[in-house]
Amino acid sequence: MTLWHQVLDYLSVNGEDVRSAVLQHLYLALVPVVVAFVLSLPLGWAVVSYGWVRHPLLTLTSVVYTIPSLALLLLLPGLLGTSILDPFNVLVALTVYSLALLVRSTADGLAAIDASVVQAATAMGYRPLRRWFAVDLPLSLPVVLAGLRVAVVSNVSMVSIAALVGIGGLGQLFTRGFQLGFYMPPILIGLVLSVAIALVLDALVVIAQRFVTPWARVAAR
Amino acid sequence: MVIRFESTTKQYPDGTVAVDALDLTVPSGAITVFVGPSGCGKTTSLRMINRMIDPTSGRVLIDDVDVASERPARLRRRIGYVIQHAGLFPHRTVVDNVATVPVLSGTPRKEARTRAYELLERVGLTAAMGDRYPAQLSGGQQQRVGVARALAADPPVLLMDEPFSAVDPVVRHDLQAELLRLQGELGKTIVLVTHDIDEAIVLGDHVAVFAEGGRLAQFAPPEELLASPADAFVAGFVGRDRGYRGLSFATAADLPVEPVTAEGTVVEGLALVLDDGRPTGWRDPDGRLLPTEGTHTADDSLRVVADLALLSPAGAAIRVDAAGRAVGLVRQTTVADVVRQRQRSRLAVGAVGGSAG
Amino acid sequence: MSLDYLLDAAHWSGPDGFPHQILEHLRYTGLALLIAMVIALPLGVLIGHTGRGAGLAINLGNAGRALPTLGVLMLILAVTGVGLKPVIGALVVLAIPPLLTATYAGVSSVDRGVVDAARGVGLREPQIALGVEVPLALPVILGGVRSATLQVISTATIAAYVAQDGLGRYLFDGLAVRDYPRIVAGAVVLAVLAVVVDALLALLQRVVVSPGVRPRAGSRRRTALPQPER
Ligand SMILES: Nc1ncnc2c1ncn2[C@@H]1O[C@H](COP(=O)(O)OP(=O)(O)OP(=O)(O)O)[C@@H](O)[C@H]1O
Ligand SMILES: [Mg+2]
Repeated sequence: MTLWHQVLDYLSVNGEDVRSAVLQHLYLALVPVVVAFVLSLPLGWAVVSYGWVRHPLLTLTSVVYTIPSLALLLLLPGLLGTSILDPFNVLVALTVYSLALLVRSTADGLAAIDASVVQAATAMGYRPLRRWFAVDLPLSLPVVLAGLRVAVVSNVSMVSIAALVGIGGLGQLFTRGFQLGFYMPPILIGLVLSVAIALVLDALVVIAQRFVTPWARVAAR
Repeated sequence: MVIRFESTTKQYPDGTVAVDALDLTVPSGAITVFVGPSGCGKTTSLRMINRMIDPTSGRVLIDDVDVASERPARLRRRIGYVIQHAGLFPHRTVVDNVATVPVLSGTPRKEARTRAYELLERVGLTAAMGDRYPAQLSGGQQQRVGVARALAADPPVLLMDEPFSAVDPVVRHDLQAELLRLQGELGKTIVLVTHDIDEAIVLGDHVAVFAEGGRLAQFAPPEELLASPADAFVAGFVGRDRGYRGLSFATAADLPVEPVTAEGTVVEGLALVLDDGRPTGWRDPDGRLLPTEGTHTADDSLRVVADLALLSPAGAAIRVDAAGRAVGLVRQTTVADVVRQRQRSRLAVGAVGGSAG
Repeated sequence: MSLDYLLDAAHWSGPDGFPHQILEHLRYTGLALLIAMVIALPLGVLIGHTGRGAGLAINLGNAGRALPTLGVLMLILAVTGVGLKPVIGALVVLAIPPLLTATYAGVSSVDRGVVDAARGVGLREPQIALGVEVPLALPVILGGVRSATLQVISTATIAAYVAQDGLGRYLFDGLAVRDYPRIVAGAVVLAVLAVVVDALLALLQRVVVSPGVRPRAGSRRRTALPQPER
């Protein structure tokens, strides 16, 4: 039987498992990005607005970013009081990584705004909160969304690690392959699906980016 | 809308005194220019009017109301503000940029846009440009949009901080002319900051010259500034050729004009050539035709006449009527005499004024 | 959270002790990095200097981020069989994209005016690449080395799932027998190791970068380079 037939065979027998692994994978990868994105806006704002926040917060995030994912995943149960098998650990770990990434890009995006534009907005009578949402946030979006792309793609590939501690997602196909004595089909299926999901989600962010920042393409010409 | 500074002082937290006890009344419905060397507190003074900066002591009043008693955002919506490089919102189309303040103040977006398109044409752009993003316009066009945006809510007061200093001289000249034309229609109270004394003289109905340390050195109409600078600092700042530039405020109408005769006018060996009464050049004894270098009318300034007299191969400026027909000549020597007399009588008045005060 | 295992002196000596396992871990991460650098750095400089293959360099960086490390490891081992060499091979494969992308990005973003000037004073192309572009690109290149190092340290841990020695041992052995203190000990040592190595590389980055290129205090910071998965 050729490898291709083995793959089809594996899919026909385990199709349901693969499908639920994909869904679980998406859930574990995307919820943290959304949570981190929302949290990164006020934090990025604080980094740019208050000098004293900047250094401690950015240092903390870059140290956290340095911790290997498996180590963090295994330290969290002790810190959160959860069981090792609880998917919540994965959500928290990936939120922390995404946050580390997105706080930095939000801060960079906000810092890169032309100060005179913000001044002009203030001089025209914007109150601070409204100005932030009407001017600062949209202008920082190109950089923020570039960070979001990295976070989405990294998360999708990182979720696989969770299988090592027995939590679902496409990583289970890798451990299954290992348990079957390095049996190729599940490994291959997991790899292809994981990369495909990452690329599709990345493309979706790019499309969203075009949609919400039409002026950026004009300026680039 | 009269803007009054009452011993207004601004000291920054680092100790810099940017504006020192400024007393100044900016008259209503006219262009007042703040001019002075870099770092002398012009921007700081301007921004105390719309409360972008609050004074450390003293007050700023608009029509006798202390601006400190007003809510900043609401105050600012009544005051247009234009800055160098326009400060347009790059993420909004031109028309939405212009509609910003009306929308902020609650005008329905559609209505605000309709008016914004009209305003674009008013400042010399086309309505079609309204659908572009600012990055798709030239620097001069962006600056026009900046002016339109400041005018959108029809504010009685307009603050302009070096609005034209980032564009090339030709465009700057266009924009200056455009501002004067607009002001002729609108009659706003405009405060304009520049460090270019020529711009101050062209645009200002009144000019405030600031010196280092936030001190007001002189406040006067431009012709007075050129004619009698208050001190050595102002004289130095106004520049070397202030005598020449001062001529722009004197009219050519009173000049003695030598008539042009039908049988031919010859000056310094050159014959004025007319075609249906219109000057086309000067013919020299060898029969060559030399250019006239331009003509003037009775409405032009003494400066224009002096310039033409200096340029003319015959040493005479050609006066024409509204139809462009030559009516007379003004020679260099005549201009020099008039200028000399003017200067003498002005200094005599100044001396009387000086001894009386 | 129990730190007993970590603090027990008995676990700090012998072939099963932390020092030995840390060294083991560093040995093959170092080896894998070295091999990856020998391949990726010259290639990155070449692509950055000539501009040929730029699309490859950029896309490889993106693709590298999308690859799940566990899957890549399994795939390579499934093809080659288990052993030290295949594991190191997998680590090399995962370290190349961040190195190549950063080197390319660093070299290609060197001010073209500076490069033209170098050409103008008569430097030959290799001299321009090594004497001008690489020194100026060094901060970015070293950023790539940092990313790759973290990537490899992290993936080397996962390799212990299959066979290898190294700090992953504590995690997987602990998981197998539900010995949480042992897991915590391994995770803490691993985290500290990663943070310390990264800090040392950050220090190196500061020391070797020409003072003329160093960002001055108060100047706006560069946008953080996208970092890879760990
Ligand atoms: N936020 C600030 N903190 C401290 N000092 C300031 C601040 N803003 C301005 N200054 C100082 O106050 C003085 C006046 O500044 P201002 O911007 O009003 O000058 P200006 O006349 O507009 O100069 P320019 O022609 O260069 O724009 C300068 O010495 C400047 O350095
Ligand atoms: Mg200024």
